[in-house]
Amino acid sequence: MRAPAAALLAILVALGGVVGAREAVPTAQDPVAARRSVELARKLRCLVCQNQSIAESNADLAVDLRRQIDEQIAAGRTDAQVVAFMTDRYGDFVLYQPPLKATTVLLWAGPALLLLLAVLVLRRALRQQDETPAPAPLTGAERALAARLLRGEATAGRDEAR
Amino acid sequence: MIPEIGQLALILALLLAVVQGTLPLAGAQRGVKAWMALSRPLAAGQLLFVAVAFLCLTWSFLGSDFSVVNVAKNSNSQLPAHYRIAATWGSHEGSMLLWVLMLSLWMQAVSIFSQSLPREMLSRVLSVMGLISVGFLLFLLLTSNPFERLSPPAAEGNDLNPLLQDPGMVAHPPMLYMGYVGFSVAFAFAIAALLGGRLDATWARWSRPWTTAAWCFLTLGILIGSWWAYNELGWGGWWFWDPVENASFMPWLVGTALVHSLAVTEKRGAFKRWTVLLAICAFSLSLLGTFLVRSGVLTSVHAFATDPARGLFILVFLALVIGGALMLFALRAPHVGGGGRFEMISRETFLLANNVLLIVAAGSVLLGTLYPLVLDALSGGQTKISVGPPYFEAVFVPLMSPMVFLMGVGPVARWKQAALPELWTLLRWAFAVSLASAVLTPLAAGGGSWGLRLGLFLAIWILAATVASVRERIRNFRGAVHERLAMQPRAWWGMTLAHLGVAVFVAGVTVVGTYETERDVRMAIGDTVEMGGNVFRFDGTTEVTGPNYRAARGTVTVLRDGREVLVLHPEKRTYNASGMAMTEAAISTGVLGDLYVSLGEPINARSWSVRIYHKPLVTWIWSGCVLMALGGLLALTDRRYRLRSTQQQRETAVTSAA
Repeated sequence: MRAPAAALLAILVALGGVVGAREAVPTAQDPVAARRSVELARKLRCLVCQNQSIAESNADLAVDLRRQIDEQIAAGRTDAQVVAFMTDRYGDFVLYQPPLKATTVLLWAGPALLLLLAVLVLRRALRQQDETPAPAPLTGAERALAARLLRGEATAGRDEAR
Repeated sequence: MIPEIGQLALILALLLAVVQGTLPLAGAQRGVKAWMALSRPLAAGQLLFVAVAFLCLTWSFLGSDFSVVNVAKNSNSQLPAHYRIAATWGSHEGSMLLWVLMLSLWMQAVSIFSQSLPREMLSRVLSVMGLISVGFLLFLLLTSNPFERLSPPAAEGNDLNPLLQDPGMVAHPPMLYMGYVGFSVAFAFAIAALLGGRLDATWARWSRPWTTAAWCFLTLGILIGSWWAYNELGWGGWWFWDPVENASFMPWLVGTALVHSLAVTEKRGAFKRWTVLLAICAFSLSLLGTFLVRSGVLTSVHAFATDPARGLFILVFLALVIGGALMLFALRAPHVGGGGRFEMISRETFLLANNVLLIVAAGSVLLGTLYPLVLDALSGGQTKISVGPPYFEAVFVPLMSPMVFLMGVGPVARWKQAALPELWTLLRWAFAVSLASAVLTPLAAGGGSWGLRLGLFLAIWILAATVASVRERIRNFRGAVHERLAMQPRAWWGMTLAHLGVAVFVAGVTVVGTYETERDVRMAIGDTVEMGGNVFRFDGTTEVTGPNYRAARGTVTVLRDGREVLVLHPEKRTYNASGMAMTEAAISTGVLGDLYVSLGEPINARSWSVRIYHKPLVTWIWSGCVLMALGGLLALTDRRYRLRSTQQQRETAVTSAA
């Protein structure tokens, strides 16, 4: 029963629904496979486009590669095997998530290194704060001057002294 | 004739900028009042000439003067009038002219609103901005003349890139550039303060509203860009970690850190050096963003310029500006005194921690954006890699999650010294509520990822912690609740609103990321697809003719319980001049979610491939950004920035204190 149904479906697809099917035909048949296919396609770069994944692009190459992914999933390949197939053909450039290699160590370790550096600098700055004496409180005259400066009445201070 | 007037106006603007960048600066150093007095009229003159040049270019576009290279390349006689105006900044040359126009506008605004500043300070600020203006005007005149003539004139223009023919193009670049260029004000204030040796709370108060204003514009600019991509690109994404997006996102991250750091410098006198450094970094990243997008080193939809001379010019300019600023910083910063002291647990520390996380995040985005370029260059083109969303998400979420968590703690922590037990007492309910919703919601919804739990926790956490902070804030005031709320300063309300915006944003991102559904189907006339209680029926396509395109216009009827509730018209356009095909999605926007339909490819005469999405809470993403920008605007209207009206009060307050 199933096989003839699938055959009928295939004919319907081939005819483009001219027969007047009510329920639309998914472009991919199996929803789990379709999900996997989209997830994979999102991680792969369309090589002829301007920074689009092949899931997003409608370029011929992207359409072709999406079909490739569908076929390979249907053939029972794992995600890793599909990705390997793509990198064998197009190199690492096709991957939006660059693999960890000697050339990309800095890329992947960079954020952690930056964070470490920032924390170290921060700690040093906080320690320095402890060592510097607190600034003397403002005198009355300085307060009055500050008030005038805030209002923009005076242009006093260091600059005027010149 | 008109283009020549524009060209002349640009040259005159350059001459004024040269004077403005030198004389008032020298005047401030040597105390020559007459030289300093030049800065304001010069700023006005520059705005006049740059505006004339800009209008001349707009005029050439409106009149479709194809004897101008720029117009011939980026416009078309069929292009609708509003896109002809937008095409003024659609090209590389035009967008640089827009940059200079924005710079002149900011300069004039400083000249008007900062008249109360000490003369030296104002002269230095305007001079520094004048120097930046010199760089960009030279860049325009030497490498990217927008008025270059074409002889003989073209009979017809090439048309504006169809991707850019969207209402987003009218608003996105001006907003974004207002933000980018707005950071030049913060930068100029920082440099002026370093030059003058006066780096104190007063300086922070002066430059804070300018920074907030620029940040608001940048937030709006990025949000419009994101919304535009969602509408125009046809697959319903809202952020792609495209290098060009990153170029605008880095200044935003650093700008956000700067806004918060300035708050500490103004209130507590602390973090002075850090704040100055951030001001320099924010503007440097704006320049770098311009360089990345304009030099064409990135291959992406926005980079329409590929000329090494331009790249070299901006690179040298970048080195001069950033290098010069950092050198000045290195010379002067050691002499800047420390500020108010604070303990390990205090609002200062929380803000500092958030600053660090924001900066590391910006640094990581920079790393991910430049790494492929550097690797490519170092390996002589042998090693090409792509760094995309998987990388940025892996880096960004761990950095931003603690940042967002601390956002709940900071506003209730005391300045100078806070106590953890006290914080716990204030926030324990907020913590319990957010934890409970993070655990229970996925259970109720029948499952969910860890990302969903984290996102929910953070969104509810900010919301609940904000409620706690409002309660704590008004506890010590008298009167009815609404009176006590009305007593709070607008700056504080601004912060609260902006933080709530982050909660809304996080909720939107989380929910749409988890519950978004997508169907990719081929549909013949009469076919239906069911998704989330909605039935989509494809009623075929008709041919329509637009002003400068032809399109297949689909009709998709949405039925709920058998009744027709909505008709959507996605289009597939082919533009006449370029022959480029564009997908125009049909979107039904709702508070709870969007229905998004876009036409793929025709399969045969009667059927099409159609993509249908349900995107729950997707509008919350942009609403959150709008709230952030509104928060900034509200803070800008705080009474302490309206100096003159409160002069009397402040004087009495200070005298009595003394």
